[in-house]
Amino acid sequence: MTSPAAPQSAAPAEVVVEVRDVHYALGGRPIFSGLDLTVRRGRITAVMGPSGTGKTTLLKLITAQALADRGQVLVLGRDVAALSGAAVYAMRRRMGMLFQNGALLTDLDVFENVAFPVREHTDLPESLVRRLVLTKLQAVGLRGAAGLMPAELSGGMARRVALARAIVMDPEILIYDEPFVGLDPISLGVILRLIKHMNAALGITSVVVSHDVNELASIADDSYLLSSGRVAAAGAPAQLRASNSAAVRQFMTGSAEGPVPFHYPAPDYTTQLLAADES
Amino acid sequence: MSDGARNGPLLEGVRRLGAVSLFLLQLLAQCLPSLARPRLLVHQIYNAGARSLIIIMLSGLFVGMVLGLQGYNLLQRFGSEQVLGTAAALGLLKELGPVITALLFAGRAGTALTSEIGLMRATDQLTAMEIMAVDPLRYVAAPRFLGGVIAMPLLAAVFSVIGLLGAQLIGVQLMGIDQGVFWSQMQSSVALRDVNEGIVKSLVFGGACSLIAVHEGYHAEPTAEGVGLATTRTVVASSVIVLLLDYVLTAAFL
Repeated sequence: MTSPAAPQSAAPAEVVVEVRDVHYALGGRPIFSGLDLTVRRGRITAVMGPSGTGKTTLLKLITAQALADRGQVLVLGRDVAALSGAAVYAMRRRMGMLFQNGALLTDLDVFENVAFPVREHTDLPESLVRRLVLTKLQAVGLRGAAGLMPAELSGGMARRVALARAIVMDPEILIYDEPFVGLDPISLGVILRLIKHMNAALGITSVVVSHDVNELASIADDSYLLSSGRVAAAGAPAQLRASNSAAVRQFMTGSAEGPVPFHYPAPDYTTQLLAADES
Repeated sequence: MSDGARNGPLLEGVRRLGAVSLFLLQLLAQCLPSLARPRLLVHQIYNAGARSLIIIMLSGLFVGMVLGLQGYNLLQRFGSEQVLGTAAALGLLKELGPVITALLFAGRAGTALTSEIGLMRATDQLTAMEIMAVDPLRYVAAPRFLGGVIAMPLLAAVFSVIGLLGAQLIGVQLMGIDQGVFWSQMQSSVALRDVNEGIVKSLVFGGACSLIAVHEGYHAEPTAEGVGLATTRTVVASSVIVLLLDYVLTAAFL
């Protein structure tokens, strides 16, 4: 593949995450077989693909929650497989992650959730912690909700609080796992704007994993489409739309028929129905 | 589970024992660092201890009253009902206090711990902590384990004291044993060693029950069914282990 995701600008930005020929199997089922992918500094990189193509697994590999069976995952210039436990934690302190459901700590209120990483990793005075947390909550528009418990938040609000928590330590890389799932149009618009804003205003490198093609296309600089354990297509969203590949077209247009069949593999329909009658 | 079926129950049992032992070592390594956040520990002692007080006190009262009735009935046959105080005290301090407290603890606090940690796993809270470079063993597991270990002897002590009051209520107030005889017999016959036996037992039970509860929650399948199964396993395993350990410790103290 001729690095189609590389920006067209004069000097290519520094590579922050590099996945090289990664093979990974889970319970004997291969998830990746030769995955190559590059994330560049300061850009929004979208990773798309049908459900079950290992998008979330890719995030686990990048955050060193799982290690590749073969191949290399380089994050901020270092091979995650070679990192010690302490070095993994040091690396994670330079990244933030937004989980699908927010993953807020249910026994802490909104303020304390956002303050959690600060309190755990620094000894800042309370006044500074307060200022830092309120600033981040203001950025996601939820300063007024500081006293609420996670159970009192809507799905979209929970995700915005989680976003505030993910950026409170000023990470270099921000990873979004399915940030648009189950959101109403207003919340979805808000999250989209926030992702764009975090990227533009704070210069955070963003990796967004999702299957919401239209939403991603509107904000992504580079995008990758995963299919059958490898990158099926890469490039700017517009390039993906114009692709000739049947698999890429099926995914981008969301049609039921194509290389990904509508029907799960099954024995012949008529034979099975007749067998049911006989029994 | 399929591994377990293939390996046979014995090998699976050994594997589980090994896994729990390894988990215990990891947990112990995080206990000291977790003390840097004393608020978490206090909260867990409150959760496991203070919130179990009512059930412990009620059960203690009834067990003590039954002990008073049965003890009186039995001792009367030998004409030695005056030693009811001693019999009740030894029974409660050495056996009933630690054992019944541990069984109640497994049912009340142990299940709460398992389902809480299991749900934290299911809702990605533990993973989120790992990504935030915070070890969930230190932040979530260690304070809960320590909280259980500290709360158990305190609960057992409360159980025994209330139990004695129950026995006294029946023996003295109802059956008419002399108040002075009841207490003085107890004072002269119960040694510090007997009290220590109860404390050691409840400390060990506290460690075992908390370890099982935290381990099951931490490794629960992140589904509704998985958390439910883990909670059941906590009660079953804790109860059996407590009774087994009770025999071992009793034999060791004799």
